[in-house]
Amino acid sequence: MSQDCFTKIGTLPEDFPVHMTPIISIRDLEKTYSGGFQALKSVSLDINAGEVFALLGPNGAGKTTLISTICGLVQPSSGQVFIGGHDNQTSYRQARRLVGLVPQEMPTVQFEGVRDLVRLSRGLFGLAPDEKLLEEILKDLSLWDKRDAAMKELSGGMKRRVLVAKALIHQPKILFLDEPTAGVDVELRRDMWRIVSRLRDKGVTIILTTHYIEEAEEMADRVGVINNGELILVEEKAALMSKLGRKELMIELSDTLPEIPESLKGYGLELGAEGRSLRYTYDAQGERTGITGLLNALAEAGLRFDDIHTKQSSLEEIFVDLVRAN
Amino acid sequence: MNFQAMKSIYFWEMARTRRTLMQSVVSPVLSTSLYFVVFGGAIGSRISEVDGVSYGAFIVPGLIMLSLMTQSLSNASFGIYFPQFTGMIYEVLSAPVSFLEITVAYVGAAATKAMIVGLIIFLTAGFFVPIEVQHPVWMVTFFLLTAITFALFGFIIGIWADNFEKLQFLPLLIVTPLAFLGGSFYSIDMLPEAWQKVALLNPVVYLISGFRWSFYGQSDVSLGLSISMTMIFLGVCLYVVRWIFKTGYKLKP
Ligand SMILES: Nc1ncnc2c1ncn2[C@@H]1O[C@H](COP(=O)(O)OP(=O)(O)O)[C@@H](O)[C@H]1O
Ligand SMILES: [Mg+2]
Repeated sequence: MSQDCFTKIGTLPEDFPVHMTPIISIRDLEKTYSGGFQALKSVSLDINAGEVFALLGPNGAGKTTLISTICGLVQPSSGQVFIGGHDNQTSYRQARRLVGLVPQEMPTVQFEGVRDLVRLSRGLFGLAPDEKLLEEILKDLSLWDKRDAAMKELSGGMKRRVLVAKALIHQPKILFLDEPTAGVDVELRRDMWRIVSRLRDKGVTIILTTHYIEEAEEMADRVGVINNGELILVEEKAALMSKLGRKELMIELSDTLPEIPESLKGYGLELGAEGRSLRYTYDAQGERTGITGLLNALAEAGLRFDDIHTKQSSLEEIFVDLVRAN
Repeated sequence: MNFQAMKSIYFWEMARTRRTLMQSVVSPVLSTSLYFVVFGGAIGSRISEVDGVSYGAFIVPGLIMLSLMTQSLSNASFGIYFPQFTGMIYEVLSAPVSFLEITVAYVGAAATKAMIVGLIIFLTAGFFVPIEVQHPVWMVTFFLLTAITFALFGFIIGIWADNFEKLQFLPLLIVTPLAFLGGSFYSIDMLPEAWQKVALLNPVVYLISGFRWSFYGQSDVSLGLSISMTMIFLGVCLYVVRWIFKTGYKLKP
């Protein structure tokens, strides 16, 4: 796909200050389903042009509801969404032209052919057929060999690629991927990451939801955590990890230690299996890590060690902590 | 207007028919021929004429109407139900397409297919009995209005239905009986007095009567009444569709 195939489609308003205004702006969005269940509680969020934003949250947190409301599939109870400066309700045509959506649920179409399905998507966005672009996208997604296959002949992973092709064929500036790698094989997951990073290089803004933390860790620039319909945190990924991340210091002992000596009790150490290691947890952002004091205390207690190393807690652990705290 | 999108949906729907060509074209030809054998031949030989028209010729407009109504209805209801069933509807609903454009495309395709079938029946019938059309413009008008109205009605059913049973239920339990009792095979004044009054409550009577009038110049009810009733039915369907779009009923939670 050439660089310009993503830039020539979709219009931002003339006076749209590209560098100052977020490409998606969500204001106090609420959704209460007809059954009375409140799935979104006053969500406000800005997505910057060109970033990869990962929306993390456990099942039922409201990720799909949020995406569906932005894309016009769910009617919000209150609040507003602006896409490229266009209100997604009053100027839905302009707003939607900028957006491609890969839904979470795989449609159960059977007999339709791959190319026909992708052509239909382009038509729906009001664009004339473009067979060259179609070929490029299908080749890019390793679907070219299957171009005339019916959906029922494809594996689950291949079907998901077709959905991606459908979402890309109108050259959107913004791509939503709702759990793109849920239940897919390792190969497709890696492929999906590759696709995301290439689209990102082309300037496409990507919002993906996932409950695999490693995915956010691998791909995202920023992470939002949603739980029970509330956006509880939005943070640069790196900042999030260092801010909330706790570090561990592992001390591999030279000799077996039956129990933690009295003089070291104040450090909250954990004795590892067989008494050959000690684990010390500290706040990486804290004023004092207490490491110097600990090492001195170890020496005073006459403990010798072969090795020490540190480990940063992963997003997974941060996430579990966060959700538990809420 | 997003004409490209309407065109895409329309031809997508038309293409779906091609896969089921046998069902869409062969079966109406077959069933029409059977009607002629049974009603035109076996029974018709005992009923010589209705209002000066041979019985075989008399039932032609009714037969066409019957197919037109049931086909428009089932095409449209299935056409919009299917993407909801498969989940593919997300694509149409998140595209820069208005509800009006969606309706025109789906209803247009359903009506087109039904009219093709109607035309095939018309031509098939011509092999069995001599047919004359006294008022071709009115004939086309009733043909079009009926196809569009019932396609709209089907579209509503397709959105309302959330399972296959419901999708079949209304057409089978309400529309088919009304269509059969609507005077396809008999003139209303062949009924006992009391039943004639009941029959006039059936909206289909007006459609068939008007359509038959455009063929043979005679009808059970006046042309004005026929056309007004058709328009009222069309108006009601349009109103309901508008309401569906305003509220997002079933389409947008
Ligand atoms: N159409 C609907 N009607 C009623 N409740 C719904 C509907 N869709 C989702 N929900 C509820 O809203 C909550 C959030 O769902 P969802 O947005 O799908 O979560 P996630 O994508 O984060 O797993 C869930 O409790 C779900 O049961
Ligand atoms: Mg979800």
